Amino acid sequence: MILVRMLLQTAVLALQQLWANKVRAMLTTLGIVIGVSSVVGTVAATEGLRESILAEFNTVGANRVWVFPWRPRGMESRYPPSAIRMNLREADGMLRACPSLARLTPIKQFTAPVSFGDRTIQAVTIAGVRPAWHEIEGRSVIQGREFGPIDEQERRFVCLVNDKAIEELNLDTSPTGRFLLVDGKRFLIVGVVETKSVSPMFGGQEARTEVFIPFATADMLKPEPIFGLYVAAQTRSPELFEDAQAEITFYMRTIRKLRSDEPNTFRVEVIEQYVAQFKRLSGLIAIGAAGIVGISLIVGGIGIMNIMLVSVSERTREIGLRKAVGARPSVILMQFLVEAVVLCLFGAIIGLAVGYLMVLSLTAIPGFPLAKASIPTWAALMSMGFAAFTGIIFGMFPALKAARLNPIDALRHE
Amino acid sequence: MSIVLRGITKVYSMGEEKVHALRGVDLTIRRNEFVAIMGSSGSGKSTLMNILGCLDKPSAGTYELAGVRTDSMGAGRLARLRNQEIGFVFQSFELLPRATALANVRLPLVYSPKLWLGATRRAKAALERVGLGDRMGHRPNQLSGGQRQRVAVARALVCEPEILLADEPTGNLDSKTSEEIIALFKELHRAGQTIVIVTHEEDVARHADRIIRLRDGRIVSDHPTRQDPIHADYLRRMAAEAQRAAQEEGVL
Ligand SMILES: Nc1ncnc2c1ncn2[C@@H]1O[C@H](COP(=O)(O)OP(=O)(O)O)[C@@H](O)[C@H]1O
Ligand SMILES: [Mg+2]
Repeated sequence: MILVRMLLQTAVLALQQLWANKVRAMLTTLGIVIGVSSVVGTVAATEGLRESILAEFNTVGANRVWVFPWRPRGMESRYPPSAIRMNLREADGMLRACPSLARLTPIKQFTAPVSFGDRTIQAVTIAGVRPAWHEIEGRSVIQGREFGPIDEQERRFVCLVNDKAIEELNLDTSPTGRFLLVDGKRFLIVGVVETKSVSPMFGGQEARTEVFIPFATADMLKPEPIFGLYVAAQTRSPELFEDAQAEITFYMRTIRKLRSDEPNTFRVEVIEQYVAQFKRLSGLIAIGAAGIVGISLIVGGIGIMNIMLVSVSERTREIGLRKAVGARPSVILMQFLVEAVVLCLFGAIIGLAVGYLMVLSLTAIPGFPLAKASIPTWAALMSMGFAAFTGIIFGMFPALKAARLNPIDALRHE
Repeated sequence: MSIVLRGITKVYSMGEEKVHALRGVDLTIRRNEFVAIMGSSGSGKSTLMNILGCLDKPSAGTYELAGVRTDSMGAGRLARLRNQEIGFVFQSFELLPRATALANVRLPLVYSPKLWLGATRRAKAALERVGLGDRMGHRPNQLSGGQRQRVAVARALVCEPEILLADEPTGNLDSKTSEEIIALFKELHRAGQTIVIVTHEEDVARHADRIIRLRDGRIVSDHPTRQDPIHADYLRRMAAEAQRAAQEEGVL
């Protein structure tokens, strides 16, 4: 109780002291202001980036796995394309061999001209996919129907288009039931899927016309082995990505009869892997930010120490008087410590305000991937805490100096 | 609470040079005495007062306050003594320039856990006691010298100390204001206060019960005021002068 009152009283005293030297206080705390604002700015930006990147990953779909043919580096002559190409047998066996996979589809892609009426687009990516694709890529239809097993079995000439295709081929707004000319053959449009694009910043492309046909149909149209295929699959749950990777690797190496000294001739990619990588990266950024805090707080702290030393020598007579009327050394110590802490907190609050303005202006930049940037509460609290800590550390020396003064020497000081 | 000094010396060393400000002072001051310490400038009066006020420590010798040696006390205990038992009035007032009279008087209470409750009331009472009840909101630069010294006295008294020490309290004041301050001290003394003042004015010293004279860091005389040789001389001279004035008037 007494301690609380003492602290309050000293805090009031410290605030009065600050108020009496406003300009000086501002200048002194500049280091702290810069430190805190740059840190909350960095943290807010990192967090914002993280939010938007994780959102991107979600668009792409979590717990997804791809298996691509891959040529080991520097061994191009030993592994010609024919040796690494994937075939349907490999794809079909994978689901049975890998229990952590829920579903998969082989995908065969080729480019071909597509026309509707008098409109033709020369090179459209045509992807042959099985019905599981909808679930794996998270792309349901917004019009018409999805692919079903019958389309596969009967190798139907049906297709799905995206809304970009409607725009570029000048299709009706509800094109279901119309025919498209794909690679010179008539395909019935059975549905429209959403365009899902990854922003260019993360290696995606601008949305463009896409046409999907049943895998079996694509396989029939382009049976040549040069039209290789790859596999898109989904794990039963996101945590299984490492199991899936291991199972697929084991399965592929076995089926390809790779000796133990041979490298993989395929590649397994997992979304979760990127997420984990990114989380590590943002952790590193956070450590970097912490480094900035450290350095700027040391710089700021030296400023604080300097001004506190000035304050102690300016107020030596006052300290002497306070001691003469009964202030204990510990009370004087506390007074100067509280003053240093108040000074630092004052700097931290201004720093937070400046940081907040910086973040506001970042989020206002159109097209910048930081629309979601905001200062997390923990960052605000932590920088306040660190600022207070700086005050204690760097205020300690001047405060001790004041506390140790002999009352009469302090009173005689000019 | 009695004061007992034994063999107190104080040496200031300024580089090579050593200044012997006190060269062995033995002194006992009892409760409710009114003592004046006199001596020429540089004789060691302030040094002695600072030691009495526990603001400074002697180089050698012992200082007992109510039977307890102060050299055995820590900084915290000494701070409490200065706060609770001793009130000190400085020649140069030593008021906080930015604080009002009331805030200045309240200052010792800030450091007194016992007297926190009702600190403002106490400070007001102390100011009223020195006759400044109507100047509480004034800052030191809005007060006259005598008023400032009275604020300083109120501050010294606010914790109701047993001992009041004043180092040349009238040194910076004109004679009329000095009279006022001395009258205040006399009143306090009648109310039971132990008072020690330093002065070089015989006119001030004559109000005390006892006069101690210092020369060159030593006590050279210590008598009740009536028996003080210089003072008796002074009184005789004053009486003679008064007589002559009366005679001259008679001649006219
Ligand atoms: N802080 C100090 N450092 C060095 N010498 C001092 C100090 N204070 C006082 N003195 C010296 O001690 C002697 C006594 O001083 P002081 O007690 O102030 O005398 P008074 O108050 O009787 O005029 C003087 O010679 C003075 O110069
Ligand atoms: Mg003096």
